Amino acid sequence: MEILVCVKRVPDTAENEIEVNGDGSDIERDDLVYSVNEWDNYAVEEAIQICEKVGGSVTVVTVGDDESEEVLRREMAMGADNGLLLCDEAFEGIDGKQTATLLKAAVAKGKYDLILTGAQADGGAGQVGGMLAAMLDVPYASLVNTIDVDGDKLKVGREIEGGNQEMNDISMPCVLSIQTGINEPRYVGIRGIRKVASVEIPELSASDLGVDLGDAKVKRQDYFVPEIGEGAEMLEGSSEEIIAKLIELLKVKGGLK
Amino acid sequence: MADIYAYITHTGGVAGDSSLEMVNTAKKIDAGAAVTAIVTGSGADVDKVADEAAASYAKVLKFNTDALAYPNAEVVRKLLINVLPKNAIILIPHDTFGMDLSPGLSIKLDSAFVADVVGIEEVDGTSMKVIRQEYSGMVSTHVTVDISNGAVVNVRPGAFIPDESKSVGGTVEDKSGDAGDLSVNRTFLELVEAEVGDVDITKEDVLVSVGRGIEDEDNLEIADDLAKAMGAVVSCSRPIVDAKWLEKSRQVGTSGQTVKPKVYLACGISGSFQHMGGIKGAPFIVAINKNVKAPIFQVAEVGIEADILDFLPELTEAIEGL
Ligand SMILES: Cc1cc2nc3c(=O)[nH]c(=O)nc-3n(C[C@H](O)[C@H](O)[C@H](O)COP(=O)(O)OP(=O)(O)OC[C@H]3O[C@@H](n4cnc5c(N)ncnc54)[C@H](O)[C@@H]3O)c2cc1C
Ligand SMILES: Nc1ncnc2c1ncn2[C@@H]1O[C@H](COP(=O)(O)O)[C@@H](O)[C@H]1O
Repeated sequence: MEILVCVKRVPDTAENEIEVNGDGSDIERDDLVYSVNEWDNYAVEEAIQICEKVGGSVTVVTVGDDESEEVLRREMAMGADNGLLLCDEAFEGIDGKQTATLLKAAVAKGKYDLILTGAQADGGAGQVGGMLAAMLDVPYASLVNTIDVDGDKLKVGREIEGGNQEMNDISMPCVLSIQTGINEPRYVGIRGIRKVASVEIPELSASDLGVDLGDAKVKRQDYFVPEIGEGAEMLEGSSEEIIAKLIELLKVKGGLK
Repeated sequence: MADIYAYITHTGGVAGDSSLEMVNTAKKIDAGAAVTAIVTGSGADVDKVADEAAASYAKVLKFNTDALAYPNAEVVRKLLINVLPKNAIILIPHDTFGMDLSPGLSIKLDSAFVADVVGIEEVDGTSMKVIRQEYSGMVSTHVTVDISNGAVVNVRPGAFIPDESKSVGGTVEDKSGDAGDLSVNRTFLELVEAEVGDVDITKEDVLVSVGRGIEDEDNLEIADDLAKAMGAVVSCSRPIVDAKWLEKSRQVGTSGQTVKPKVYLACGISGSFQHMGGIKGAPFIVAINKNVKAPIFQVAEVGIEADILDFLPELTEAIEGL
């Protein structure tokens, strides 16, 4: 099976405090630690596991800048066979639909049975996979947490509210967005990264892809930190003082038995 | 202004909470709009939900056919493509169904898509300014959406105040005959219910809940110790379950359990909306986090800026000494 996995390089929210810069035009990018979007890492692991079972190859693709190459390499160190970097100055500030348009053009250059995305990335939109499927006119299932290959069909589970699971048959080719927890992504060590350090990763520009992006319909104007309600009453003082205050509050609220 | 539609989700013959919330979303877009609700499904439930929706929406379009018995987003998308006029603005809850349905719908309608909207600021001609959040709610953004070709707007559940007035007295039109071709290449098979675990966190009064801030499986011990001292039970956020450190039945949130404790200790949890969506009944929330900017501090009653790996053992010791 030929599988394409869409991956994005994002600020690692587990490692960073995301803060708005001085004029609200961006987040503070200095000293940010970047990594592959958490959901995409599960998607790559799933693709590798499928190919280990039924054969085939995994290609990872990203729309980004020069620095995005590092996430492709990381996922190749994990076991993806090929990387593909879509990179052009014209891609700055594009919206989800334009990202999907570029990915569609990349899909047209190969022949894929299955395309995986993450359920969502740093913007919390969860849009690129569903858009790509519609552009390709193939079926889509989001929030997938189990995949079983059954000939030219897949049996997929979608995680829905309450942790319940919705089972579906879906024909290939198709696009699936992957939910975290579907597998346990393998560890990538320095050695693995070194092994793929000199592998050539093809790079395609807007003109290579032959797409006219048009204008973004959805544009971010600024970043800000909202004032929501009162906020928490912060307990201050030494840790003994804080603990004493907290214990008093817990007693009143029924938190201690 | 384009016509505004709202897609009504429902289970067991009762409309979802979003149906009343989207009434107010629509008002923010166009205060005087006569909004049309769309109700799909099969059997008597659909009739009930359509009547319920008519109390809040000027017009309800009802689609009652076997193909819509289960809300398979692929089928519902096809229906909406068949029946929505060009340039429509359609509101859809940003839940696991809306996430499945909407991005592709916007492509097929050639309209704009904006996900997980938490506020509508203004509409100026063909530009709609909305509020979203990024980076798990750590920052907010104003986003402009070009609605000249219509828009698919996914609305965060709970972000808009429900309109309880139910005084519109709208009409229900049975449009089942107009549904058109609904054949798709994805078939719904069955629902598999979440497994029941060893403890039922939904019945507990006091929860010590741990998130990614616990850092390592071995550190769960300090949460267990604290819970034991308090007479509480340990629950968690999603990454802890993804890492297989705790059972799924311990997960609090939209894709986990809905809990209604009296006291909720959020330890190393950032406070994403999917996590907070599983906490009901306005408990006394104490947030312990080493990042003062974590969104959890906006919703907690009491906050403590601390490293949980140091703080929890100290708290346990103090409680044990009482
Ligand atoms: C469809 C869907 C459904 C979802 N359903 C759920 C759900 O049901 N439940 C759920 O929880 N999530 C759910 N999520 C995931 C959700 O979006 C977040 O990713 C998740 O809630 C984050 O968990 P967290 O707060 O533990 O981790 P993070 O967001 O990484 O936060 C960790 C926090 O710990 C703090 N911290 C780190 N180290 C320490 C320390 N030593 N001491 C003190 N503080 C520390 C950090 O400052 C940070 O605030 C869902 C996502 C999707 C897309
Ligand atoms: N710039 C990008 N390059 C490649 N894939 C992307 C990009 N942006 C988003 N995706 C894919 O789409 C998924 C959902 O992202 P989003 O729609 O931005 O929330 C991600 O998990 C990726 O798989």
